[in-house]
Amino acid sequence: MEVVAATGNGPDLLRALVTQRPDVAVVDVRLPPGFTDEGLRAAIEARAQVPGLPVLVLSQHVEQLYAKELLSAGTGGLGYLLKDRVSDVRRFIEAVRTVASGGTAMDPEVVSQLLARHARDEPLGRLTPREREVLALMAEGRTNAGIATRLVVTEKAVSKHINNIFTKLNLYPAEDDNRRVLAVLTYLNA
Amino acid sequence: MSDGVRVFLSDSESVFRRLARRTFLTCVRGLVQAVVAVAGIPLFFVSVLTVISLSAGIGVVLAPKSLLAVRRLASQQRRWAQEWSGVTIVTPYRPRPVELTNGLIGRLQRCKWLLTDPATWRDLLWALANGPAGVVLGLLPVFMVFCGVWTLAVDGGALLYGPWSNAVPDFGPQVFFLSLLPLGVIMGPRLLKAHAQAASSLLAPTREEMAAQLGRLTESRSQAVDASAAELRRIERDLHDGAQARLVCLGLNIGFAEQVVRDDPELALSLLAEARASSGQALSELRALVRGIHPPVLAERGLDGAVRALALSLPLPVDLHIDLAGRASAPVESAVYFAVAEALANVVKHGGANRAWVQLEYDSGRLVAIVGDNGAGGAALRAGGGLRGVEQRLAAFDGVIAVTSPDGGPTLVTMELPCELSLART
Repeated sequence: MEVVAATGNGPDLLRALVTQRPDVAVVDVRLPPGFTDEGLRAAIEARAQVPGLPVLVLSQHVEQLYAKELLSAGTGGLGYLLKDRVSDVRRFIEAVRTVASGGTAMDPEVVSQLLARHARDEPLGRLTPREREVLALMAEGRTNAGIATRLVVTEKAVSKHINNIFTKLNLYPAEDDNRRVLAVLTYLNA
Repeated sequence: MSDGVRVFLSDSESVFRRLARRTFLTCVRGLVQAVVAVAGIPLFFVSVLTVISLSAGIGVVLAPKSLLAVRRLASQQRRWAQEWSGVTIVTPYRPRPVELTNGLIGRLQRCKWLLTDPATWRDLLWALANGPAGVVLGLLPVFMVFCGVWTLAVDGGALLYGPWSNAVPDFGPQVFFLSLLPLGVIMGPRLLKAHAQAASSLLAPTREEMAAQLGRLTESRSQAVDASAAELRRIERDLHDGAQARLVCLGLNIGFAEQVVRDDPELALSLLAEARASSGQALSELRALVRGIHPPVLAERGLDGAVRALALSLPLPVDLHIDLAGRASAPVESAVYFAVAEALANVVKHGGANRAWVQLEYDSGRLVAIVGDNGAGGAALRAGGGLRGVEQRLAAFDGVIAVTSPDGGPTLVTMELPCELSLART
C-alpha cells in the first residue's frame, strides 16, 4: 500500500479525493475547520463526483443516519467503522482491501442496529436465528469463507443459508459477493 | 464667506431640520396615540360585554378573541413606549398554557388562562383610562404646533410691525398662539413620554407579579443547579467505575506482559490480547458516556439531524415532521434533544406501540416538539419519572411539557420552549 495524499481538513480532502482518485480513501468524519462532519460530507460529495470511488470512513461513534447517507450516495466500495476497530490490525487491513476492491465493511454496531430496527418486520421475522447471524456477518462485508470460519461451519452450509435469506427477503440472488452485500444493506436501509 | 461661517450655517440648518423632523414625528405619533385611545374605548366595552356573556355560553368563543385584541393593543403600546419615549414596560402576562385540544376544552382552558391573569384586567382598565388620557396627551402637541404654524403662516409678516401697528387686530392673543409653536416643539416629546409613563402604571407587572415571577425563577434555577450537580456526579461515577478502571486494567496487563515477554512469550501474547479488549471496552464506555452528555451527532448536525439519527436508532418506525429554519442555541438544542429522547425511550419501554411520530416546529418565538405513539396510553408526569426530569430541565428555559395519554392511547407528549433561531449553518 502506498499513501498518495494525506490532508488535514474538509476542503483539502475533497480536492485530493477528486484529483488523486485513490484506489481507496480512509477518511475521518470529524475534521477542521468546523470539527463537525466535514470528512463525511467530503466523502459523500466525492462519491457523487467520482462514481465508484471506494471510501472507508472511520469515526469515534457510528450513526445509522450517516450509514444511510453513505449508502445512498454513489456506488463503489464503502466502509464505515468505529476507530476502535483499527486496533485489530489484521481485520482493519482486510477491511481496507475489501473496500478497495469494491466491497463493503460495515461496523457490527451499525449492522446490529439495522437488524434491530427491522426485527419486527414481517420478512425479516421469518429468518431463523442462524440465518440472522449469517445476514449480520454478510452485512458487515465478510466473505463466505470468513462467515464459515466465524460460525465454524462449511462454506457450503453458508451459501445454503444465504440462498434461504435471499429467498425469504425476495431479493435477487446476485453471484458477485459485493453486489450481494450491497443488496442486503440497501434492503435493510430502506 | 469663511469656512467657519458656512459650517455654522449648515450646522444650524441641520439643527433646524432635525427639530422640524422631530416635531413632525411627534405630531404623527400624537395623532396615532389619540386614534388608538379612541379605538380602545369600544374595545373595552365589547370585552366587558363578552366577559359578561360568558354566563350565556357564547362568551366562551368571543371573550378570548376580544381580550386578546385588547392584549395586542396593550402590547403595541408597550412597544411604542419603548421605541418613541424610551420607557421600558415589561410584559406582565402569564405563560400561555400548551394548547392540547382545539375543541370546547381548549376554549375553556384559553378563557381560564386569560381571566385568571390579573394583567388581563389591568389591560382592560388601561383601555378605558387611556381614552381621555391618550386623546389629551396625544392631541396637545399637535394642537400647539398647528396653532403656532397657522398663526405664523397667516399673520407672521404682519406681527413684525409690532403692537402699535393696525395690521393685526388682536396682537396679544396672536403672540400667545405664535408662542405655542416653540412650546409644542419643546413639550411635544415630553407629553408623549408622560403618556408612556402613565400607561406604564397599568401595563407593567405589579410588584406582587414580579415577586411571584422571581419565585418561579429562583425555583427553576435551583432545580437546574441540582440537576446539573446530579449529572456531574453521575458522570464522575461512570468514569470512575468504567473507563478509569479499564485503563488501570490495561496498564496492569501491559506491564505484566512486559515482565514476562522474554520468559513466556505465549503468556505475554494473551495478556496483550486482554489489554486490547480492555481498551475496546473503555472506548465503548466512553462513547456511551459522551452520548449521554452531548451526542456527537447533535454537535455535528444540530437538532434536526440528531432527532433523525435518534429515530433511526429505535426498534420501531418513527415518522418525522421537522420544520426548523435555523439552529437554536446549544443549551436549548441539548435540552430539547434529551426531552425528545426521553419521550421516545418511554415509547419503547412502555405502551406497546408499534409506531411513533415526532414533530419539531418553530413558530413565533417558540420551539414546539411533539412526540406521539399509538400505544396503550396511561403515561403521566410521575414524581421521580423521566418526564418529570424533562420538565425540570425545560423549566430552566421557561419551557413547559404536557402529557395527554388516555387509556387506550394515543399518547402525546408536547414540549414548548421560547427561544431564538439563528440562520442554519451548512
